Amino acid sequence: MPRRTKVYGLLGLLALAGALPGAPSSADPDAERRQGLRHLLLHDCGSCHGLTMRGGLGRPLLPESLADKSDEALTSIILHGMPGTPMPPWAAEIDEDEALWLVTLLRGGVSLGD
Amino acid sequence: MATDLRRYAVFAVAAWLAATPGASAEDMRGTADLGLVVERASGSVLIVETTARTSLGRVTGLGDLSHASAVFSRDGRMAYVFGRDGGLNKVDLLSRALVKRITQAGNSIGGAISQDGRIIAVANYEPGGVRLFDAASLAAVGEIPALFGPEQTPSKVVGLADAPGQKFVFTLYDGGEIWLADVSDPARLKVDKYPGIGRLPYDGLITPDGRTYVAGLFGEDGLAKLDLWRPEAGVSRILDGYGRGEDPMPVYKMPHLRGWAVSGGHAFLPAIGRHELLVVDTRSWREAARVTVHGQPVFAIASPAGRHVWVNFAHPRNDTVQIVDVATMAVTLTLRPGKAVMHMEFTPRGEQVWLSLRDENRVDVYDTRSFVRIASIPARAPSGILLAARANRIGF
Ligand code: HEC
Repeated sequence: MPRRTKVYGLLGLLALAGALPGAPSSADPDAERRQGLRHLLLHDCGSCHGLTMRGGLGRPLLPESLADKSDEALTSIILHGMPGTPMPPWAAEIDEDEALWLVTLLRGGVSLGD
Repeated sequence: MATDLRRYAVFAVAAWLAATPGASAEDMRGTADLGLVVERASGSVLIVETTARTSLGRVTGLGDLSHASAVFSRDGRMAYVFGRDGGLNKVDLLSRALVKRITQAGNSIGGAISQDGRIIAVANYEPGGVRLFDAASLAAVGEIPALFGPEQTPSKVVGLADAPGQKFVFTLYDGGEIWLADVSDPARLKVDKYPGIGRLPYDGLITPDGRTYVAGLFGEDGLAKLDLWRPEAGVSRILDGYGRGEDPMPVYKMPHLRGWAVSGGHAFLPAIGRHELLVVDTRSWREAARVTVHGQPVFAIASPAGRHVWVNFAHPRNDTVQIVDVATMAVTLTLRPGKAVMHMEFTPRGEQVWLSLRDENRVDVYDTRSFVRIASIPARAPSGILLAARANRIGF
């Protein structure tokens, strides 16, 4: 975990310095971590929400199903879960920036082919 | 002259045999050592055989197979593969072809085959309920909408299993009810409902003798049991309060009860939010023991040979498999087969166990006496491994 924070710190500095053209936010996960998160989303979130995010035991996580929900609310659900339901908290392995990155990914629509 | 004629006759018969497709003795084979491996991300299945432990080929075009399962026709030749996208696929294990595919609902979770092998039932999340299909043609023959409560709210259905007497038994996730449906006449379905079983049942199982149905509860510390020999006695709670009031740990993957472990008069059930297997005496249905394990158990599967129960685990501890000795109720071996062990399937007599390693893109076969890997087969993000021997078992 501390290692990751350090990497982001560095990435953040680079982004601030304009060394990462097009980086949408200073805190975006690096390429390797993005791939790891995407894999987690498809396969591990996908075990409840479906590989295509069309829902399973968990609700659909399609762009239209999330449209009326704020980034903050969704990020918080991912980090802290929904007590009393099977939605678990992921804060032990995903930080806030990463959760927000996942929300952005979901809003754009994820599919296996991407 | 006569010899010539005879020789000609032999020759003619041989030629006729050779020209008849699929009729040569070498080409013919049984299916009892066949099975399939679900490739969850590519909508395909591998057809495998457990004698030489090889893959015979791949069948594609089965749709979204995340959370896919399958049942087999009673002759062991056809596999009915249920996809997450509501797809019902009929695959011929011998010709290795997708014989038929229908999309029967928006989102489904699994299915079952009736006692007589003529009806396929599919449990749906969206729009909920159970749909019935003719096993030969896949034509729709009936429907059981899972509406509950005064508002007739639709419910997701989980834990669908075949039950003796041409019945299906299943559980309403949102409604907290167990339903027992007699499908002898699909046009006149008889459904008995057992409400109030507890909050958020997530899966169910039927015992190998077809007598007892158990639903696991996510929202409560315990499981719900229905005795199918005396359904009028209603649902009772077993292992009530197994969490002893402690807060459950997060569950990163739902445990599966199907393909469960019954051995030596005991059933081995995954606890929810605890790194434990709960051991129940299947006569009294009282807790007999607990086995502390490496993580949140997902599958606990008894070897058909009885002595061992193999357990795999939820993310992030899914690189590990543990083996519990039923005689001592202790973990006797911990294996690290590789990343993301999704499923385990024994051969019918238990000399091998097949493990799918999703993130390693392979299926490994272990010898169950030496616990040594004896084969490895490449597969794309494999999940379920389902052998055709399931065709002859209640609850599979
Ligand atoms: C063990 C099953 C399970 C896993 C794994 C899981 N979820 Fe969930 N999730 C649920 C359930 C069930 C709900 C709906 C709870 C309810 O409303 O009853 C839910 C709800 C949500 C919601 C809220 C949706 C809405 O419309 O409000 C979001 C966002 C979400 N999950 C994201 C994720 C992400 C991202 C992951 C992976 C990092 C994940 N989930 C993994 C079961 C799961």
